[in-house]
Amino acid sequence: MVSLLGALLVFMMFVQGGNSMIFSLGATDAERRMLINSTGRKWELTFTTLVTFGGAAFAAFPLFYSTSFGGAYWLWMLILLTFVVQAVSYEFQHKKGNLLGARPFQFCLQLNGILGPLLIGGAVATFFEGSNFIVAKNNLVDSQLPALDSQLQITPVISSWANASHGLDALLCPWVWVLGFAVVFLTRILGILYFMNNVEDENIRSRGSVRLVGQAVPFLILFVPYLIHLLLKEGYAYDPATGIISMEPMKYLHNLMALWPLALLLVIGIVLVLYGIAVEIFGRKRNNIGIWPAGIGTVLTVLVLLLLAGWNDTAFYPSTADLQSSLTIQNASSSEFTLSTMAYVSLLIPFVLAYIAYCWRAMDRKKITSQEMADAHHSY
Amino acid sequence: MDNMMSLIDWARAQFALTAIYHWLFVPLTLGLGLIMSIMETKYYRSGDTFWKQTAQFWQRLFGINFAMGVATGIILEFEFGTNWSNYSWFVGDIFGAPLAIEGIVAFFMESTFVAVMYFGWEKVSRGFHLASTWLTTLGATISAWWILVANSWMQYPVGCAFNPDTMRNEMVSFLDVALSPFAVDKFCHTVISAWVIGAVFVVAVSSWYLLKKRAAERELALKSMRIGTIVGLIASIGAAITGDESAYKVAEVQPMKLAAMEALYNGGTDQSLTAVAWVNPFRQPDYQNEAEAPLRLAIPNGLSILATRTTHGFVPGVNDLLKGFTREDGTVELSAREKMERGRLAIQALADYRKAKADGADEATLQTLLTTLNENMPFFGYGFIKDEAELVPYIPVNFWAFRIMVGFGTLFILFFAYLLFLNWKQKGIFAPATFNSQLSTFSSTTLWVAIALLPCAYICSESGWLVAEFGRQPWTIQDMLPVSASVSDVGSAAVATTFWLFLVLFTALLAVEINIMLKQIKRGIAPA
Repeated sequence: MVSLLGALLVFMMFVQGGNSMIFSLGATDAERRMLINSTGRKWELTFTTLVTFGGAAFAAFPLFYSTSFGGAYWLWMLILLTFVVQAVSYEFQHKKGNLLGARPFQFCLQLNGILGPLLIGGAVATFFEGSNFIVAKNNLVDSQLPALDSQLQITPVISSWANASHGLDALLCPWVWVLGFAVVFLTRILGILYFMNNVEDENIRSRGSVRLVGQAVPFLILFVPYLIHLLLKEGYAYDPATGIISMEPMKYLHNLMALWPLALLLVIGIVLVLYGIAVEIFGRKRNNIGIWPAGIGTVLTVLVLLLLAGWNDTAFYPSTADLQSSLTIQNASSSEFTLSTMAYVSLLIPFVLAYIAYCWRAMDRKKITSQEMADAHHSY
Repeated sequence: MDNMMSLIDWARAQFALTAIYHWLFVPLTLGLGLIMSIMETKYYRSGDTFWKQTAQFWQRLFGINFAMGVATGIILEFEFGTNWSNYSWFVGDIFGAPLAIEGIVAFFMESTFVAVMYFGWEKVSRGFHLASTWLTTLGATISAWWILVANSWMQYPVGCAFNPDTMRNEMVSFLDVALSPFAVDKFCHTVISAWVIGAVFVVAVSSWYLLKKRAAERELALKSMRIGTIVGLIASIGAAITGDESAYKVAEVQPMKLAAMEALYNGGTDQSLTAVAWVNPFRQPDYQNEAEAPLRLAIPNGLSILATRTTHGFVPGVNDLLKGFTREDGTVELSAREKMERGRLAIQALADYRKAKADGADEATLQTLLTTLNENMPFFGYGFIKDEAELVPYIPVNFWAFRIMVGFGTLFILFFAYLLFLNWKQKGIFAPATFNSQLSTFSSTTLWVAIALLPCAYICSESGWLVAEFGRQPWTIQDMLPVSASVSDVGSAAVATTFWLFLVLFTALLAVEINIMLKQIKRGIAPA
């Protein structure tokens, strides 16, 4: 089960990591087309990661899937809409007969580039800050019992949101914005690093190295306070013996201390991200490979944050409306049978990663140049 | 309760909207994928640049269509959660797994290799490129497998058991779910029918070039048409065979769906198969009082053969299913009223069990309640049904959609057979020397018909889904959970808003896509 969880969480970060690479239009002029073509060859991967995240969340934590998607309705719908317009924008923008011209589609790409990471980052923050929902499994049957139904007018729905905003209430919490924007800037950093690696164009590379500072500073200004806030804040602790959930001061700091290898990974992750940025800003000879340490660092950091939210008897999707409705790994996961089936399926993941890496290498051996854009038989 | 009803209607409407749009793009992806892979194989084997150009031409059209399939698909996946959260919890333990596997096994394959296919012509070897094209098509097909496993499971739930403590169904046999005979058949029928759409598309586009007498695309059109014809004929015959098998399976596990498809109100032995009859498309017929639909033309014993594989077999009608009946082997099918009663017993037992467990009742009490629950669990879903009329799906949609599907399906077989005959008659036409001559294998009428059949192929395919999905009402999961108990607790206004949002967005994108597609076809093989 743990192995499965690990695999799932790796997926989740691919969403973040991949997302980041895809967007953030650092430089926005004549070379735009090269940039779009550069991310355009990877967008399907990010998209697939998001879809697989959805499927995996469904398979592993059905109660999370049903509670969060059915509850925080507007939050998820907004995320999906930005991804829908993104998917077609690549293919359609420069095609003849697209009715709208290239502009609206490029606007959609940028919209998704900012709103996607912001909202997903915000959704991650709700794992720590809590959401406003109630889970009452008895509703399914109680709603059908004549005596009870006439008094209470229960609907058969198990999970319900405790207010009418259906997820938009998360935006009232300032820390959700802080982490959301931290993720936006992080993705822009990764995007620039990816372009510097993938596009062979001196203008883009030198501009990228300058723009990097403008993204890295706000990222640090947002992320460091969030990390401190997280480690000092009250957390949602879960007692495995009784199933009761209670507030524990500095819960996440305790988790980090109890799970010390995670602390180590977190430090390594953050150092790698910083190194990836620094090497491109200050490095005497730019080699344009900062994306790799920064990318791996991002994966490690996000992995640690997500594990802190759920491991060590913590409620990973806490409810502020009814503390005892909070979802934990124990009460929200699938049956052991399904989890072990999925664990077997997860054995395929290294194979999948291997062919992705192989294709990526084969395709990126030749970097994108302005010459290729002029010749290509298929370009965006 | 009114509010709840309109919420369910909106949630269903939205899901149907997304699914219908999704299914406009997916079959072309599957069908054109197969055909363009065959073409690229020809290039790989012959090294003839004509085939490279041809494969690249169809791949460009594939690409325009592909993005829309992806975009509409992601919404669908999340709508299980956003619109049907209760359902997602109740059976997520079983239903989630195929979706996750679809992502891991199929989508990554598709998305990785589709990028190589588009951009890799100058970057990777010919063999690697060919493999990528096939793997893109294979990925799409495997993804169809898993999503149809999930769909079939809802129509015919197997391999699971209810757990009263967690209040959900849990998987007990993965193989039963993944290799359910219902799923195997559904997969074959759906994918093969998608090949028909791919073939009709290729033939229609080629016909247009021939009609316009486009010299540059003449060879491409003629040779594409030949491949399209062969794939189309094999696929349309295959679709008929698997469709027949599907109907047989439906008779076995969803007799009410079959009765609705056939507008069969009162069943019996030696049932004839309705060819046509007058079923008012806008009104549920009075099945209780009408003996049969008026103006009925039927094939004697046809339905018995279809449903039971014997000429005299017993096929229950709507009223038999509501009133209960005894099968030929002596097993008794309960009436709707009895099933609803048993369902309520199950719900009551479950509520009592959970209360007793929470209050710390003794083992014996719990056991008694569990026994009652388990005895009545097969009818659990019926406990949510208030009126037995709810159990009858909307007959007109099922009846007409089924006839449209079968009618067009038959037409495709005939048309592809005719095209093949023309091809065969003028075999020499493919020799390069005759390309400049005015001699044409196909009359302009034939070519216009080929173009006109394109929208018919889509209507045919969507009709198939209407039968499958309208016919299972009121069930989200057959006998287990009706739509009214599956829905999320979101205001109907919210769902209505996103419904209109999606409608406008998808329609705009569809218009854009069709326009781009037409421009691209008009451009032909000319470089950008």
